Amino acid sequence: MQLYDMTISELSVLIKERKISAQELTRAYLQRIDEVEEQVGAFITRTDELAIQQAGEFDHNPVNKPLAGIPYGLKDNICTRGVRTTCASKMLGDFVPAYNARVAACLQDQQGILLGKLNLDEFAMGCSTETSAFKPTSNPWDLQRLAGGSSGGSAAAVAAGEVAYSLGTDTGGSIRQPAAYCGLVGLKPTYGLVSRFGAIANTSSLDQVGVITRDVWDCALVLNAIAGYDPQDGTSVKIDVPDYTADLSGDIKGLRIAYPREYFQNNTDTAIVEQVKRALHEYEQLGAIVEEVSLPYSEYALPAYYIISRAEASTNLARYDGVQFGLRDVKADNVADLYADSRAAGFGAEVKLRILLGSYVLSADYYETYYLKAMKARRLIHDDFTRVFENHDIIITPTTPTTAFQRDEFRSDLLNLYRNDILTVPVNMAGLPGMSVPCGFIDGLPAGMQLIGKPFKEKMLLNAALAFEQAHDYYKARPNLGGDR
Amino acid sequence: MNREYEIVVGLEVHVELKTKTKIFCSCSTEFGAEPNTQVCPGCAGFPGTLPVLNRKVVEYGIKTGLALNCEIAEMSRFDRKNYFYPDLPKAYQISQFYMPICKNGYLDIEVDGAKKRIGITRAHLEEDAGKLVHQGTITSTEYSLVDLNRGGMGLLEIVSEPDIRSAQEARAYLEKLRAVLLFAGVSDCKMQEGSLRCDANVSVRPRGQKELGTRVEIKNLNSFRALEKSIEYEASRQINAIEDGEELFQETRTWDEEKQVTRAMRSKEDAEDYRYFPDPDLAPVYVSQEWIAEVSASMPELPDQARQRLVNDCGLPDYDASILTLTPATLKFFDEAVTEYNQPKIVSNWIMGELNRLLNVNNMEIEDSRLVPGEMVKLLKLIDAGTISGKIAKTVFEEMFSTGKEPEQIIKEKGLVQISDEDTLKAMIDDIVAANPKVVEDYKNGKEKAFGFFVGQLMKATRGQANPAIVNKLLQERLSRE
Amino acid sequence: MALTIKKVEHLAILSRLTLTDEEKESFARQMSDILEYADKLNQLDTENIEPMVYILPALNVFREDEVIPSTPREELLANASVAEDGYFKVPKIL
Ligand SMILES: [Mg+2]
Ligand SMILES: [Zn+2]
Repeated sequence: MQLYDMTISELSVLIKERKISAQELTRAYLQRIDEVEEQVGAFITRTDELAIQQAGEFDHNPVNKPLAGIPYGLKDNICTRGVRTTCASKMLGDFVPAYNARVAACLQDQQGILLGKLNLDEFAMGCSTETSAFKPTSNPWDLQRLAGGSSGGSAAAVAAGEVAYSLGTDTGGSIRQPAAYCGLVGLKPTYGLVSRFGAIANTSSLDQVGVITRDVWDCALVLNAIAGYDPQDGTSVKIDVPDYTADLSGDIKGLRIAYPREYFQNNTDTAIVEQVKRALHEYEQLGAIVEEVSLPYSEYALPAYYIISRAEASTNLARYDGVQFGLRDVKADNVADLYADSRAAGFGAEVKLRILLGSYVLSADYYETYYLKAMKARRLIHDDFTRVFENHDIIITPTTPTTAFQRDEFRSDLLNLYRNDILTVPVNMAGLPGMSVPCGFIDGLPAGMQLIGKPFKEKMLLNAALAFEQAHDYYKARPNLGGDR
Repeated sequence: MNREYEIVVGLEVHVELKTKTKIFCSCSTEFGAEPNTQVCPGCAGFPGTLPVLNRKVVEYGIKTGLALNCEIAEMSRFDRKNYFYPDLPKAYQISQFYMPICKNGYLDIEVDGAKKRIGITRAHLEEDAGKLVHQGTITSTEYSLVDLNRGGMGLLEIVSEPDIRSAQEARAYLEKLRAVLLFAGVSDCKMQEGSLRCDANVSVRPRGQKELGTRVEIKNLNSFRALEKSIEYEASRQINAIEDGEELFQETRTWDEEKQVTRAMRSKEDAEDYRYFPDPDLAPVYVSQEWIAEVSASMPELPDQARQRLVNDCGLPDYDASILTLTPATLKFFDEAVTEYNQPKIVSNWIMGELNRLLNVNNMEIEDSRLVPGEMVKLLKLIDAGTISGKIAKTVFEEMFSTGKEPEQIIKEKGLVQISDEDTLKAMIDDIVAANPKVVEDYKNGKEKAFGFFVGQLMKATRGQANPAIVNKLLQERLSRE
Repeated sequence: MALTIKKVEHLAILSRLTLTDEEKESFARQMSDILEYADKLNQLDTENIEPMVYILPALNVFREDEVIPSTPREELLANASVAEDGYFKVPKIL
């Protein structure tokens, strides 16, 4: 097996036993990037020199931490001190933060090796990585298709073996959907478990930083490194974070699993529905209690999401006016033009559309009709989950209605493109932890199964995911991008 | 002022809270630093940064609310007020719009002895904006420079009911509010440094009319005087407009200090839609009864209480008490002086008279002066001892004020000791009487003025240092022998 | 409900975005589509429902009033396209 096909835990054994140095491992990954990046397009910025330097420091003075010496990538909306952070926007094309995102600092503390910043939809607004101002990211399983989004670069880089794992952000499915499309494990933690400090805001009340890995164990390892209270983020929660790998056994006897019928209907491909139903049957055989439930309000999650996310995004993105940072129209000779022209030049169409829509639903005349209504719907959606969780431990659904789609497939059909998020958005609206795990292949493309948990019960999700993973080898499959294997 | 009209005024006062750090980040709030040296990525609105609320700001909010007789909201929260301006780097101001921390308070004021209660609608917490430095004026400048040191400092915006009926009442309200804030210790309220800022909403209506007239907001009022003058100007402008049959419209005007007029800034028609909504980055604030009790217990004496004390315990006239309680520094000066010299009315007279006169002339606050209460007391004791006259004391006091020297030293240096030695004075009186036989005649013929003439001559001869009581006595004796 | 070009122009001013005519048209169309879809929410009876302003139950998340040194000025200004004498700089305001 090639180094770039291995999981974190496998690589970490090699590092610990000094079978390989961090520098050797880093160079192997850099070589892999050289080989496949042109086809995949996962990176916005490579940090080769920094990586080799970090690896050298580690080799010189090795520490015994689970992620030490392991190469990783960060979605490029996660701020990195001294390393350009663009949000895949022309607006931040030259932006070099003077601070690290909390999660970036956590991985640096682990002495991980940062290989670069990964592509995304501009400001994480999209589900295909096509709105990136730089390039779309291809799906390593089928280069004609997209990696999904908005964390498309984060998923594709892991699937293509360009990094051992990555961090993404998830506002409406942006980790789980690309993880599903790329045959990976993707976790969006409970809102408040992982600090948002330094993760550039899209929708503050929905955004969470999360993890994309090759298997469940790796996911637990990375979550260990980034979860926990951060005084710099007022929405980060003060709780005792467990060791997510401790007692992770895959024993799920007696686990009460619910599957909401609404998530298995209409929009979702029958092949995916069948895969997930088969998985549910397997869970039963492993000793879980599986029951159908109803989440009637989930169908309102998407329209409510359009309103809430656009509203918040419109004000989160108001700060990009060309004065303190970001692209500036230097020709403007008055402030009004400076703002309007800099923003027009710096933002792409999807971002502009969201800003306008957000301004609309927050304006005095429409606040109640749209924004307040959506916030009320959010309560109903949230309470719906709470009710189901009174009698169940986890909820299982398909992650996406389809497998990875092609470039421009939805060019003229925005609403259908947006519907990609229909199964993942309710989880963000309710602030719950959600995870996607590979559950098989359909026509050679990976499909994902979504596990939804109670607040801060990530461990239960990881354990249930592990149980399924142990019964299959989907997670061992790698796309064929050429190169030695 | 036209009598057929009534002026209606409400004030919006922004007060900068005297916390060590800003409201949502840990940058220092120290005044006067080099531009942009008290700024972090957070208060500069950089991508990815998040606000975390300063506990002390909330505490000061509660404290102020209690001092202004407000209800303290059990739950309050922060909203985003969205607008673009170069002093606001996030392009939204975090402010308590929907659920302010304080509501329904009041403040009692007094104008020409008449007491009046002014309602306080609300007081809410928010962040301050930065400062713009223009080359010339805002309209003539080619570009402006942005200093974010002030950006993100904690503010309390205090909104009064439209209960104010004159420029004098507006001034009295602002003075009283300032006193309360200073006593509560939540702000240093320096108008010239911008830590106390005031906007006035002014309208007029025919006397007797119930509904309010068209309201104009006046911004940029940097002094009590500006507040008074601008209201007077604006009210008469509005009355003239109505009398001339012009239509008034809702607008924001600015006070032009130089020309002493209000000028149009922008009309409400092109007013921004601020698109307020709750800020998802900030958890709501819950103020328990225990917290309120705790803050209440730590509340220092407030102006009205202090005034009562001065009247009841020190026997001062209410007017004196009202002046001495305008700032805590004045009261502290008085209290310290009285501790060492238990003659409250005399102390009060000196503070209200000479001290206030000198402070006014020099445009100073009492805390900035070099004079300390103990030194003033020494001076008062020197008067009592007859070492100097009250008149000379004023000269000495002025010297103490400007140099900070001790009174004894000044008296010695300038040779101002009072002449009380009767033999010396007798000899001088003899000389003067002998030299002015005509005036002596006048005196005998009952001319009152003649006596004053001799006193004046004597004072002249002694450069004012003769003890007037003794001079009086000796002169009476001498003249009765004529 | 279809959104007019005029409305889009007003929103563009509010949002400080210069738009081309084509953009105005396509945004008007796309926004109309999305809002029409969002009208689905009107099916919900939300009469006595409290809007969900906060997803977390947290109250009183505070920081203590302690100074942390600010960012060195050169670093603060490093990302600004135009700065002068330690200030950020903007063209005329009015
Ligand atoms: Mg305000
Ligand atoms: Zn700061």
